[in-house]
Parts: sequence; C-alpha cells; structure tokens
Amino acid sequence: MARRVAIDPVSRVEGHGKVTLLVDDDHHITEARLHIVEFRGFEKFIQGRPYWELPLVVQRLCGICPVSHHLAAAKAIDQIAGVDQLTEPALALRKLMHFAQVLQSHALHFFHLASPDLLFGFDSDVAKRNIVAVIRHHQTLALQGVRIRKFGQQVIEAISGKRIHGIAAVPGGMNQPLTADKITPFKQQVTDIITWCDETVQTVRDLFQANRDFHENFGTAPAAFLSLVGPQDQLELYDGEIKVIDANGQLLHRQPCDQYHHLLQEQVKSWSYMKFPFLSDLTPDTGWYRVGPLARLNTCSHIDTPKAEQRRQEYQALLGKTVQAPLAYHWSRMIEALHCAEAIAVLLDDPALLSDDLVNQGNKRREGIGIIEAPRGTLIHHYRINEQDQVTMANLIVSTTNNNQAMNESIRRVANDHLNGRELTPELLNLVEVAIRAYDPCLSCATHAAGKMPLQLELMGTDGARLGSLTRHSDGSIQHAD
Amino acid sequence: MSDQPQFQLDGQPIPFQPGDTIMQAAHRAGVYIPHLCFHPQFRPHGSCRLCVVNMQGKTVSACTQPASIDLEVHSETTELRQSRLRLIQLLFAEGNHFCPSCETSGNCQLQALAYDLGMTHYHYDPFYPTRIPDGSHPELFIDRDRCIQCDLCGRASEQADHKAIYLLAGRGQHTHVAFRSDDGELGSTQAQAEDRASHVCPVGCILPKSGNYPDIAGARLYDQIPIHAQGNHRRDDGGTHDD
Ligand code: SF4
Ligand code: SF4
Ligand code: NI
Repeated sequence: MARRVAIDPVSRVEGHGKVTLLVDDDHHITEARLHIVEFRGFEKFIQGRPYWELPLVVQRLCGICPVSHHLAAAKAIDQIAGVDQLTEPALALRKLMHFAQVLQSHALHFFHLASPDLLFGFDSDVAKRNIVAVIRHHQTLALQGVRIRKFGQQVIEAISGKRIHGIAAVPGGMNQPLTADKITPFKQQVTDIITWCDETVQTVRDLFQANRDFHENFGTAPAAFLSLVGPQDQLELYDGEIKVIDANGQLLHRQPCDQYHHLLQEQVKSWSYMKFPFLSDLTPDTGWYRVGPLARLNTCSHIDTPKAEQRRQEYQALLGKTVQAPLAYHWSRMIEALHCAEAIAVLLDDPALLSDDLVNQGNKRREGIGIIEAPRGTLIHHYRINEQDQVTMANLIVSTTNNNQAMNESIRRVANDHLNGRELTPELLNLVEVAIRAYDPCLSCATHAAGKMPLQLELMGTDGARLGSLTRHSDGSIQHAD
Repeated sequence: MSDQPQFQLDGQPIPFQPGDTIMQAAHRAGVYIPHLCFHPQFRPHGSCRLCVVNMQGKTVSACTQPASIDLEVHSETTELRQSRLRLIQLLFAEGNHFCPSCETSGNCQLQALAYDLGMTHYHYDPFYPTRIPDGSHPELFIDRDRCIQCDLCGRASEQADHKAIYLLAGRGQHTHVAFRSDDGELGSTQAQAEDRASHVCPVGCILPKSGNYPDIAGARLYDQIPIHAQGNHRRDDGGTHDD
C-alpha cells in the first residue's frame, strides 16, 4: 500500500515540472504524479464579466494555445447569442484561423521541441540533442519547420491582426473579412507548405519504424480515446460530435457536444490543482482516456484531404487500427499538420473569405458550450450568464487536463520499465521528459527545448518517506537531493 | 499678421477669442494639450488635472484658465510630462484596468495617453476596488471598474441629452458613476443607445451590448497614430471627431 503524500506547492521551483513516483517494497512504481500548477483561478476571474469579452479574456488563460481558447469561447458565446449556424464567410474564417493555429502549433512542437529527440535518439548527449544540431545536420528539415510555423502564424495575423492575442471572433461570427491582397501571398506559399508537411510525415514515419520496438512500447498504457468527429466520422477539428472508443477501438459513445457533462466527470485529487476527467459510466480508475492527434486518428474513419488521408492509411497499415503508443503522437501530429495545410489550401480559394456577411443574430440564451479540437486535444468551454449578460459560471476542461491521467500512466510505465532499483538517474529523468513531451502538454515546463525541460523527479516510499530527488534546471544542470 | 490676441504656448503663438480658456484656444489651433475630462462641447470639469500647464511660474488647469494676451504658457516640459505620467499611473491603480481583454483597448484615451507618456509599469500599488457592474440596460453595459470619474457622461446626459441620468456618487476613493433612477440601475432610466452620453466615455466604462470588438488588432484608433498627433477621439465619433 502506497501512502499519499501532501505536496506543498510553494516548495516547488517556479517553472519546473514535478513528478512524484510512488514505489512499493518490490520496487514497483504504483503511481506517478505529474504536478500541475497551471490554470488556476481563472473561473473566478471572469465572474461578472460581460459574455462577449470571453474570447479575448480566455486568450490569456494559456500562453501556449491562445487561439484555441479564443475559438472555443467564441463557439460558446455564439450559442449565448442564439446563433447555431454561422454565416458561410464567418465559418470559413474561423476554420482558416483554426487550421493555421493547429498547423503552427504542430510545427513548433515537432521541429523545435521533439525533433532533436527523434533525430538524434532519446539517449544521445543533450549537448548534441538540440535545435542547433538539427539546424546543422538537417538543415532543410529545420528550415522547412520554421517556414511552416511562420506560414500558420501569418495566416492568424492576417485574420486577427496579431500572431497571438489578436481580435477576431465576436458573438455569432467574425469582425472583419480578409482582403484579396492579404490572401495572395498565402496562395503562393501553400503548395510548398503541403509538400514539406508531407515530407515531414515521411521523416517521422521512418524514424518511428527504424526503432519500431522501442517506439511502440515506450510509455504505452492502453486506454480509451476521445475526440470530435465529423458527420461521416471524418477527422474534424472545428466542430462535430464527441466520439469515444475503448482501448480496442470499439465505439463507446457518440454524442452531441452539449451532452459533454453527461459523458464526463472530473475527479479532484488532493495533490493536484488539475482535475482528472473520466467517463461517467466508468470509474476514475477505468474511465480515463486520451485526447489529441493520437486520439483523433484513432477515432476518425478517414480524413477528407487526399494526401493526409493517404498518410493516415499508411500509418494504420503499419501500426494498426487503434494506436496506443504515446510516441506515435509525433507521427499522427504531422499527419494532422499535413491535413491542415491541405485544408488551408482549399479555404484560400473560397471567395467567402472576402465577404462581409460575417455576423448572424439570434435570441439570447443563458448557456453556451464550445468544444473544439485544439492542437493538443479536445478543449471544452462551458459558460452560463445571468439576465444582465454577465458570466455566472465557467467550466473549462483544457486539452492537457483531458490527458492528465494518461500522462501519469505513461510516466508510470516508463518508470517501471527503466527505474533501476531505487536510484533516480538523469537517464530516467530524461525518459520521463520524453513521455511528457509526447503529449505536447501546454505546461510552461514543456516549452523548454528537448533535454532542457526543468523537471524535478521525486521518489516516495510506501511509508511516505522521501527516498530521493533529482532536479534538472533549464540550463540542463542536474541537482541531487535525498 | 492677424490682430487677434495671442498667447504663447511652448513658444508658439496661439490666437484666442474672448472667453476662451487656454485649452479651447489650443484645441482650435490644433495644438495638443493632454487631457481626459475636457470635451469642447461640454462645460469644463477641471477634475483630471492632466491639462495642468505652467503659466508664468504658476500651475493651472488649461481647461479652466482663461486665455489672456501675452501669457507665456508651458505644457511639454519634463516636469509636467512626469507629473502627467504619475496621474495616469494613479488612474490605472485606482480602477481595475485589464487592457488585453478590454474592448476599448486601442481606442481608449487613458491607454493612449499612457503610451504617449511612456508608461511602462504601474508605479502605484493597485487598489483593486470592488465595484459592481451594471448590465440592467438591454443595450448598454456599465463597467464601473474602468471609470476615471471624468463626468463626461454626466455632462453629456445633462447638456446634450437633457436627461441628467448619469452622475458621480460617493466620495474620494468610493466615487463611482451612478444613475438617477429608483433602484439606481441604468435599466430603469430613460437611457438609450443613441444618447450622446452612451458614446462619450473616454475609457471602457459605458459599453454597447452589440457590435463589440469591431476591429482586428492594429486597425484601432490609436494603434498607428498616437493621441498627441490625432487628439482625443472615440471610435464611434462617426468620423465627425468633435474632440
Ligand atoms: S478602459 Fe482603457 S485603460 Fe482601462 S482597461 Fe480599457 S483600454 Fe485599458
Ligand atoms: S463612466 Fe466614463 S464618462 Fe462617465 S465618469 Fe466614468 S469614465 Fe467618465
Ligand atoms: Ni493551453
């Protein structure tokens, strides 16, 4: 029996991720706990604010995915404004902005944060496993990564005025159309972007296959998957129904978004600020699930852009229909990036982008639920307002929260596979980082380069005694403490 | 040479008409003196103190000080800029100003002056006042947190709308914008979205309930041209830009 340990948040070094491993007498890791301090106090902050402010306020919630929060809140306030159907131009602009966000986010994650690990091996020297080395040894790839990301950011900027924290969505629509001269340069670039994304999928595939055994088993802990899907079960990032499949790929649920609160419950744990969502008809221990690119490629039946669909088929032919390996996140992520690039190309030809028929109106409601597939997975915004248009209730389940238990389970698996006796080593810490990184969590610690994630690893005995601690700072230096 | 009487403002001759204040004459001449509570169409209030200028050794409010011949007035001095910066910083500390999500951001005169005066930090510890917003009106939302007590709404309501709905109530730190109605709510008054008072607020306090956030970032009033170069405008001046 493992004892629970109370964690004092103040003792934590600011910006560091912290993981506690609970070890029993047989040297088994019974539990892994990733302590998360992000996303606190926000629900209170917006009490009393007028609802139309939400898309702007929530952009400040997370420094890593502001556009996703902007759009999820926008979808919720559409409903409050009584608008179930956007105008065609507004929908086209929202989707374009969203695809651009997912594209740039996936590009950032792969090229800046994950590629050094993937290209040079997880156990290679940290000094050589960094973005500088990627640029030196894989110059074309690195350059393409920079340009893919920039492309996405520029599309966002064209629509909202800024790369981050722009102003675009309003209740029932969007505020401004695009102009032909803003679109032209994107049209010229998008074919290259598609080609480069496709090449990157190839690269990730080859890297995965080259060390197949390791990649398939690393941090793997089978679980259910949750995401939105489109009407024909296609990959859908902006809007759709919630689909849940079990670890074997069997359909568990398919429900409209406004039913999410029947589908999900959240468990509170004393040691974490972040809640633990689980499927209501199961228990917290059996009902946890995964979200994000890996989940989306498992739940969807196809992708409605040709190149990404071809890559999806190849991916499933090689890995199976329901892929459990966390490291396959990287592969699925780049297939999604390819899909976004293709979808952007289609949208750029849509004359609706130039129309100023941008806002629909309806009869005011008191409640709105906006669910979107953010780069890191399903993102839920739920609000209620009073008769004075002020927010009275906000419930947010961010992508990283949806993956909370999954990350812990992957860390536990990694620790069980790689912990040698009871000694915490820099190698283990490194592998824990790789497991966390696969999920691309929007945590401040995860914005640091590969091998530089500021992370504290702590080992606890069954009696609650601290058996050891190992801290790596963002400069890569390691600190032991017992 | 005109034979109109003149005074000197930072070494520049400013012609004036009988009865003009320093501010009125400068405004007509297109010379900017920083201000928040002054509006050329309404009686001066003299409360924001931003237009304080140096007049032959004395400090006076340009919006209340009558112009007179051969005065030597200084406005753009290092000392006055510094004291204006402190006034602006105090206004930020006295309210709850969270510019990133404020819909007046980019169109706000307080924010524009803060940029103009080079404000980089709060300087004063914020008071974090607790002020109750008023969403009772079907077309207007009142965010008291951002009120700078300029009484422009009160003056516009009285002098232009002839309704006298808005007033400043309370004292000192507790001063807040209020409404003349039985229950004290805006929704119980005759206020209308078309009223002058609904559009006169220099900050993000009196807000419409529809048509919010009309511009993308970068396309707002003060995104490109600073306030000293274009004056105290409001996004919905409808192009008339009367102030
Ligand atoms: S009123 Fe002006 S200063 Fe206050 S929050 Fe809004 S933009 Fe900022
Ligand atoms: S509500 Fe606006 S116009 Fe009225 S006093 Fe306050 S800041 Fe001035
Ligand atoms: Ni985030």
